[in-house]
Amino acid sequence: MKKLLLLGAEAIAQGAIDGGISGIYAYPGTPSTEITEYVQNSKIAAERKIHSKWSANEKTAMESALGMSYAGKRAMVCMKHVGLNVAADPFINSAITGVNGGLIITVADDPSMHSSQNEQDSRYFGKFALIPILEPANQQEAYDMARDGFELSEKYKSPVLIRITTRLSHSRYGVVVKETRAQNNNSLPDDSKQFVLLPAIARKRYKILLENQSNFLEEAENSIFNKYFEGNDKSLGIIACGIAHNYLMENYPDRNCPHPIVKIGQYPLPKNLINKVYNECNEILILEDGYPFIEEMIKGFFDTGKVINGRLNGTLPRDGELNPTIVAKALGIETKEGLPIPEIVANRPPELCNGCSHRDVYEALNEAMKSFGEKRVFSDIGCYTLGALPPYNAINSCVDMGASITMAKGAADAGLTPSVAVIGDSTFTHSGITGLLDAVNENSPITVIISDNSAVAMTGGQQSSATGRLKEICIGIGVEPEHVRVLTPVPKYHYEMVDVMKEELSYNGVSVIIAERECIQTASKKKKEKSKE
Amino acid sequence: MKKDIILSGVGGQGILSIAAIIGFAALERNLFVKQSEVHGMSQRGGAVQSHLRISDKEIASDLIPYGEADLIISVEPMESLRYLPFLSIDGWIITNTTPFINIPNYPDLESLVTKINSYKNVIAFNAEEIAKNIKAPKTSNVVILGAASPFLEVPYENLKGGIKTLFGRKGDDIVTMNINALYAGIEESKKYSIKPSS
Repeated sequence: MKKLLLLGAEAIAQGAIDGGISGIYAYPGTPSTEITEYVQNSKIAAERKIHSKWSANEKTAMESALGMSYAGKRAMVCMKHVGLNVAADPFINSAITGVNGGLIITVADDPSMHSSQNEQDSRYFGKFALIPILEPANQQEAYDMARDGFELSEKYKSPVLIRITTRLSHSRYGVVVKETRAQNNNSLPDDSKQFVLLPAIARKRYKILLENQSNFLEEAENSIFNKYFEGNDKSLGIIACGIAHNYLMENYPDRNCPHPIVKIGQYPLPKNLINKVYNECNEILILEDGYPFIEEMIKGFFDTGKVINGRLNGTLPRDGELNPTIVAKALGIETKEGLPIPEIVANRPPELCNGCSHRDVYEALNEAMKSFGEKRVFSDIGCYTLGALPPYNAINSCVDMGASITMAKGAADAGLTPSVAVIGDSTFTHSGITGLLDAVNENSPITVIISDNSAVAMTGGQQSSATGRLKEICIGIGVEPEHVRVLTPVPKYHYEMVDVMKEELSYNGVSVIIAERECIQTASKKKKEKSKE
Repeated sequence: MKKDIILSGVGGQGILSIAAIIGFAALERNLFVKQSEVHGMSQRGGAVQSHLRISDKEIASDLIPYGEADLIISVEPMESLRYLPFLSIDGWIITNTTPFINIPNYPDLESLVTKINSYKNVIAFNAEEIAKNIKAPKTSNVVILGAASPFLEVPYENLKGGIKTLFGRKGDDIVTMNINALYAGIEESKKYSIKPSS
């Protein structure tokens, strides 16, 4: 029995390897990044030639994984919760096409928004797509679900969603690993029209998906991940899903919870267990990390049944991550309190590193913008979003990957000229290129600053997909070559940068300034590795 | 046996190395270890923490409940106070007093150290200086671990083993430096009258 100490993310990766994947596809995003990185660093994955290179974005990752499944092999695609918004189109449609080789989509949600712009709950997406959802409570289940999820996927030729949260993804515990399954051989789908979603075929495929709903329910009702624990005190029944079950059990160190508990790890919701606890108990408490997904379902529109306690009636906070103390309070268990944080403790928000090229970009931009008006710098998602905070206060938006360019264009359409976009190199290749094409097609008066640090820096310095080729890409999609300017953002070129920015801000059309200097974190890492050789 | 530990510091200061050493050591003792950590945005010079739990029984929660941590081990003085709501009444604070100043409103160091020492159970000292004195620069985090180790109920031999596991591939010099740092921290802790909470 081999036991490894693994992060939840790593347990999923090891489970996927042992489940026989031939490829993992992803774009980095906290808290999902470590899944793919684990496969990239795994010896056995290298021996098995498991594909693990980064994709340009979550949509291309999802589609590549679906393509691998088409060819008969098992594939996993991973992303953070907002990444699923990007991949939503192929994700929803993969439920209609169905799969050939097993396909698992792993999505890491971020309740409390530790590193994200919202705390959306991916279980809604799973329900929306009408596919089975697996939600591990701990690292062992994360491993087991990833490994065995491929069997479930291939049994019904359906994609399967695994939903984890930040806390599980970034928490380590011992995991017992099993033998590594063989990879699939290539095989083509039996039905040559399965993946052709012309309306006439899509209607048939959709009916197959609908027919499968009862199978998915039966699987959930018999799943080892859904369990009923008896309890004598039936004044309250508890439904706990995913990691919330850990917080519940923390309050009963001897595992002696007096109330019946339904532990949920597989959806659709198992009717048999939910009916049993609902019928047996006077009231229900629902513990789920994320939105009140189960709670809304059980409460129903008219809320005429038994009292349902949870996030909607104030028993638990409406937003944010759960923890053992919050759960104890919901159960009326006495909680301890530590000492308050003394006033002397100041906030310490994250900041751009000393020597970071984004700093030089903002120094120059702030000076250049003085004569062009304020509140017109649209920005994007990456380390450079920290430019919104003091000392720079340089940017006015951060919405979703690529939105800087298109929001600048829309604002310019509305007469806010010049409008400026600040975007990173990897965010540009993720979702900025098509927006720039929109701007080129109308010669919109915008200036796009690509703050190019040649890395996906925020998530740990992963390889950026078009390092060294950004200028050619911009010219290739039609930005006039004389308005694609390349700069080196270092303090000694400050005035030169300010001048170039002013020139391009004055130009009544699309201009791109590429400020190119490698992330100091990845540069120093490379230097260290080189000195070792 | 159960120890709940909050590790705190600033992104990049090496609290995850402390967690890893204790984790490896606890595994050598066949204990259960659960450790939750912070990745992503906060690692860029922000406040970071890790919840480390070791026990001879299965551990349920990935997070320590408020008011129940046995120890706060901090590699930075101001950060040692940020997680006080987690510390139990009898818990100990073990902290470095060398500040990491990357914000304009960092408090006056003398007042800060006075505040830290006003709490009941505290070991606070300049670990950077000790690391310098034993010619083991950049090991102040392991010096702090050394000072905390009498509370861990994990034998020093196992902590040494953890250091070897973590730093082994970096070469013998690095391993030796860190082991020296561990023992320097243990020596420092002897200056305090320690009654570990049980």
